[in-house]
Amino acid sequence: MASTRLYVTEAGETIHGILAEYATPAALYHAAEKVRDAGYASWDTHSPFPIHGMEDAMGFPRTKLPVLVAVVGLSSAGLGFLMQWWMSLDYPLPVQGKPYDSWQAFVPITFELGILLSAFTALIGMLAMNGLPRHHHPLFRKTRFLASSDDRFFICIEARDAKFDPDRTRALLEESGATSIELVEE
Amino acid sequence: MTSTPHPDELTAQRLAGLARGPVGGKDPDPVTGDGTLIDTPGVRAPLVLNDRSFGEITNIICGYTENPVPRWWYAAAAVTAGLAAMMTVFILYLIITGIGTWGLTNQVDWAWDITNFVFWIGIGHAGTLISAILCLLKQKWRTAVNRSAEAMTIFAVICAATFPGIHIGRQWMAWFLPPLPNANAIWPNFRSPLLWDVFAISTYGTVSLLFWYMGMIPDVATLRDRADRRLRLNPQSGGPLLPFLPIPVDLIRAKVYGFLSLGWRFSGRHWHRYEAAYLILAGISTPLVLSVHSIVSMDFATSILPGWHTTIFPPYFVAGAIFGGFAMVLLLLIPARELYPHMKDFITLRHLENMAKILTLTGLMVGFAYSMEFFIAYYGGNEFELYAFKNRATGPYWWAYWTMIGCNVLSPQVFWNKAMRTSPFVIFIVSILVTIGMWFERFVIIVTSLHRAFLPGEWHMFSPTAVDICIFVGSLGVFTHLFLLFMRFLPMFAMAELKAVLPIASPHHGPGHGSGGHQHGGGH
Repeated sequence: MASTRLYVTEAGETIHGILAEYATPAALYHAAEKVRDAGYASWDTHSPFPIHGMEDAMGFPRTKLPVLVAVVGLSSAGLGFLMQWWMSLDYPLPVQGKPYDSWQAFVPITFELGILLSAFTALIGMLAMNGLPRHHHPLFRKTRFLASSDDRFFICIEARDAKFDPDRTRALLEESGATSIELVEE
Repeated sequence: MTSTPHPDELTAQRLAGLARGPVGGKDPDPVTGDGTLIDTPGVRAPLVLNDRSFGEITNIICGYTENPVPRWWYAAAAVTAGLAAMMTVFILYLIITGIGTWGLTNQVDWAWDITNFVFWIGIGHAGTLISAILCLLKQKWRTAVNRSAEAMTIFAVICAATFPGIHIGRQWMAWFLPPLPNANAIWPNFRSPLLWDVFAISTYGTVSLLFWYMGMIPDVATLRDRADRRLRLNPQSGGPLLPFLPIPVDLIRAKVYGFLSLGWRFSGRHWHRYEAAYLILAGISTPLVLSVHSIVSMDFATSILPGWHTTIFPPYFVAGAIFGGFAMVLLLLIPARELYPHMKDFITLRHLENMAKILTLTGLMVGFAYSMEFFIAYYGGNEFELYAFKNRATGPYWWAYWTMIGCNVLSPQVFWNKAMRTSPFVIFIVSILVTIGMWFERFVIIVTSLHRAFLPGEWHMFSPTAVDICIFVGSLGVFTHLFLLFMRFLPMFAMAELKAVLPIASPHHGPGHGSGGHQHGGGH
C-alpha cells in the first residue's frame, strides 16, 4: 500500500481528483470496468439515472441496508406489540367483555408500526450510508459536472486513493474513452 | 415578439423544452394509435415516444416548472383556492357551532362525513398500487405515471384525514387519538378498529410521503442543477438565459431545491443504495396499502350492523379503492397530457389503455362483491341481513344503489371494445362516472345500513345540509389545488426512472455490442 500523498495545483489548491466525462451509459459502464480492474478504491461514477449492473462494473459489494431495515422493522413491531399489551393492562378498560390482553386485536397496530419504522429506516439509512445530506461537494464546483443530472456521465477518481497518480490516472481515463478530462480542486 | 428570435432566446427555449426536438413525424396509425398500441407478441411498445433523448426528457419535464405559468393554471388555481377557502370557512363554522350543523342529527350519524373519508382514502390507494405493486411486478410503464399518482395519494390522504378529524365533535380533543398519557391516565382502546384506523391512516400518509420524497430527491437535484447552471452561465450570455425566469427566482430555486435534494450528486454508489431503499419501500408499501383499506373496512365489518357485518369487506374495499383511485389518476392525467406540451410522449395511449383495463378488472371485482353480498345475505338466512340488502336495492335509497351499480359495474364494461379503451375522451367520461359511483358506494354502505337499523323507532332519512355539501366540494378544491401546486413546483415525472427505461439507457446499447455480446471485465 502506497501512502496517500497530497497533490496541489500551481495555484495552491488541493486536488480532489480527476473527473472524466462520457457520452453514453455504455461508455461509462465499460470505463468503470477498466477503473475497477486497475485496482482503484476511492472513485465513483455519476449518471443521471441508475445504470443496470453498475455495481458489478464498479465492483462493490451489495448494500447491507435490507438487513438494517429488517432488524429495525421487526424490533419496532415487537416494541409496538409490547406497547399495546402494557397500555391495555396499565389501565384496563372493560369493553365488550373482551380480555385485556387479547393479542389478536393488537396485530394491526403491531404491523403498522413495524412498517412505519421500516420506512423511516430505509430512507434515513440510505441517506446516512451515502453520507447525505451534505452541504457541498468539490464536484459541484465544476459547471460541466452539473450535466450529470441531465444527460452526461462521469467518473471521478479521488486523489486520496492509494493508487492515484496524476499522470497514470489521467492516462487510464483517457484510454477508457472519456470525452473530456479535468482536475477537480477541493 | 420578432420574427427572427435572438440566439439567446432560442437557447432559452431549448433549455425550457419549448423548442421541439427531432420528431419522427409519423401519422397516427389506425391500429397502433400513437405507436404504442402494438399487440404483436414479442414486439415491445415504446415507453417514450418520438425517440426522446435524455436531454430532451430533462428539458421537457423541468420546463413544466420553469416555463411561464400557463393561463389555464392561474384560472384553475384561483377556482380551487376559492373552494379550499370555502372549506376552511365551513370547517371553522362547524367547529364553532358543533357537528349538529351537518345533517346527521339522527340515527344516520356517519353519513356524508365518513363517506367522504372512505372516498378520499380509497383514492389514494391507486397511487401506492402504481408506485409499489407495479414496481414489484416490474411494470415499466408505471414510470410515466408514478410520480403524479403518488402526489395524488398524499393529497387524497390529507383530504381523507380531515374528515374523521372534524367528525369527532370536540376537535380540540383530537390529541387523544394517539396513545399519549392524558390527564385521566387512560390509554386508547387498542381493541377498537377505530384506533387501528388512526395508526393505519397515519402510517399510510407518512410512508407515502417518504416514498414520494425519496423518489423525488434525484429529480429535485436536477431542478437544482439547472437553476445553478443558469446562474453560472447568465453572466457569460449577457443577460438572463431564460428571459421569463428572473435571476432572483433562480436564486430561490437553487436554494430550495438544493435544500430538498440533500446534496444528491448522482453517484453510482449512492444509486445502488437508493435502488435498494426504493425496492424495500415498494416491498413494505405493498402489504401496507392492502392493510390500510382492510382496516378501514373493519371500522364497519367488526360492528354488528346488518350490511356492515360481513367478512368480504376487506378485499372488497381494497378492490374498490384501487378502482376509484385509478379513475382519479385518469381524471388528473388526461387533461394534463392535453394541456402540457409534449406530455403525450410520456403518457401514451398505451398508458391510458392499461389503466382502462385495470378499471375494468377492478370494476368487475367490486361487481362480484356486490353480488356476493346479496348472495350471502340470502344464503346466510339472517332476516335482518336480507332485509338490509333488499332495502338497499328497493328501499328509499334505491336511486343511490342503482347509481352505484350503473357507474361502477356497467360503465367500465365499454372498455371491452378496444376503440373505447384507447379513446382519452371515453376514458375520461367513464372515470368521472366511476368517481361518482365510488362515492355512492360508500354512501350506500353507510347511509342505507344506518337508516334502517334494528329499532324501527330509529328509522330516519338522511339529508345533507349546506355545511355537508360545502365541506365536501371544498375538499375537491383542496385536492385539486394541491395537485396544481405540485404540477407547477415539483418534477411531475420521475425523470431518472423515465431515462432509465429508455433503450439507450442500457449499458449494452450502442455500437460494438452487435456481435460477440458483452465482454465482462477488461483484463489489465
